[in-house]
Amino acid sequence: MNHFSTFWFVVIGAIKVLAVFTVLMVVVAYMTFAERRVSAFIQDRLGPNRVGPQGLLQPIADGIKNILKEETMPATASKFYFLLGPALAITPALVTFAVIPFAAPLPTPWGTVDMIVADVPIGVLYILALSSLGVYGLVLGGWASNNKYAFLGGLRASAQMVSYEVALGLSLVAVLLLSGNVTLTEVVAKQQALEFWFVFPLSLAFIFFMVSAFAETNRLPFDMPEAESELVTGYHTEYSAMKFSMFFIAEYAHVVTASALMATLFFGGWDVPFWTGDDMFYHQGALIRGFDAAGAPIPATPTVLVTLLTLASFCAKTAFFLLLFIWVRWTLPRFRYDQVMHLGWKVLLPAALIYIMLVAGTMLVLDQLGVPFGFRYGLALTGVSGLATLAFLFVADRDRIIGGAHKKRAGRRLPAETSAS
Amino acid sequence: MPRELPGRSMTKSYAPILVILGVSILNAVGMVVASHVLNPSRPTPQKSMPYESGMIPLGDTRARFSVKFYMVAISFIVFDLETIFLIPWAVRARELGWGPFVAVFLFVVVLAVGLVYEWKKGGLEWD
Repeated sequence: MNHFSTFWFVVIGAIKVLAVFTVLMVVVAYMTFAERRVSAFIQDRLGPNRVGPQGLLQPIADGIKNILKEETMPATASKFYFLLGPALAITPALVTFAVIPFAAPLPTPWGTVDMIVADVPIGVLYILALSSLGVYGLVLGGWASNNKYAFLGGLRASAQMVSYEVALGLSLVAVLLLSGNVTLTEVVAKQQALEFWFVFPLSLAFIFFMVSAFAETNRLPFDMPEAESELVTGYHTEYSAMKFSMFFIAEYAHVVTASALMATLFFGGWDVPFWTGDDMFYHQGALIRGFDAAGAPIPATPTVLVTLLTLASFCAKTAFFLLLFIWVRWTLPRFRYDQVMHLGWKVLLPAALIYIMLVAGTMLVLDQLGVPFGFRYGLALTGVSGLATLAFLFVADRDRIIGGAHKKRAGRRLPAETSAS
Repeated sequence: MPRELPGRSMTKSYAPILVILGVSILNAVGMVVASHVLNPSRPTPQKSMPYESGMIPLGDTRARFSVKFYMVAISFIVFDLETIFLIPWAVRARELGWGPFVAVFLFVVVLAVGLVYEWKKGGLEWD
């Protein structure tokens, strides 16, 4: 969208910023509602269904209640930092989404508009930087409350988020190896060129990324910073009404961004599966569909329909991961803190380092053999990664879940079975 | 790719980020201020006491805490820097070929030795 005049650049930019911000806030509001309804469904309850049809107006009622309720602040709290904590938590959470492309470029009478707020050349680095800022709000809020539970919650949050950021960064290195570029538009384009979503050739990196994303967003089974059975509610024990919901909005905004990232980095972003009609990327300033046999670029013709289809594809993938976040929360029990740190430092970190070397080595061997970057390249990497994933799961299982169930059944026989055999 | 365009300026690619950052900060400040203006404030000594399961708080909150948290922070700096060093190599790994691959491998091994040392010394144990 570089060929726009400054006037149209400002207008279109402002529309995109406001649209993305509004959609993000609405999705966050309805995530709180979806969480309650889905958890109710999982636990065979009804959940909130009184405000509006099927309870759909519940988030609005919650918002009004939270802004009108009395807020308490401990007399011994550090006043300024107590107010700064929630503000610092919510800001980076809402800004991170800016570099994620959410649809194919849209044709308008004034030129082609990229469906991304800011296609910055630092893409993935920006996400790493911004998402790690979120920890300051939690720590500051916990410390400034002058409450022992909040203080311990803040400490746990800092140690846990810092630990899993290493694993998160290393799983991203594997993606960068294959994409060869840090912008997310290029990550999507490379997945179309490879004819494989990165989840297949980088299956183990996806597992590492997903586990780290759950830990970074402080969601169960990694919600040690707010373990209610140990620390009341952890870092936000002293927060009430609007400041409490600001921490909540921040958490859900991180969940939405993490879901969108998983969709973009590993599931093709806005790519519609099994359809090449939506393949388009920028090559030397021109939007093209690919290269013909002679290597000349074929110009792409973006249409409104393709943009809408790709937008739907992106939303569907993100919605799936949002549902997964809720599903996992209401299915798995919480880890112990030593288990959390053990998983981060002794399992994910060494495994991710080995995996990066494995992927890089495989890619160099494939290049040496002269395999072109395409379907066969992806297939070979999928095979290697699949074997690595199986090996990792086999070692990580340690005969507990997959092998353990079988052994337990063999060991503990029912009396009837023993007499019969 | 858009950033390869000759006329593409720094301002045009980063300006929307500044705008959305501004909107987010305004939103955060607005939420704090709006709730401060709109909600009632009737503090009592009991309400303004730090919550400690309904008891009167004992001792100092700013207590000393486990050295483990410091250990984690130091290890984090080492391995986060390692990630940052790996990223420039990762995006150009295919063009660079085997020489840099071996160099990066040695770099990872050196840091892995550090991790093993910390592990065996008990620096990663939580009780």
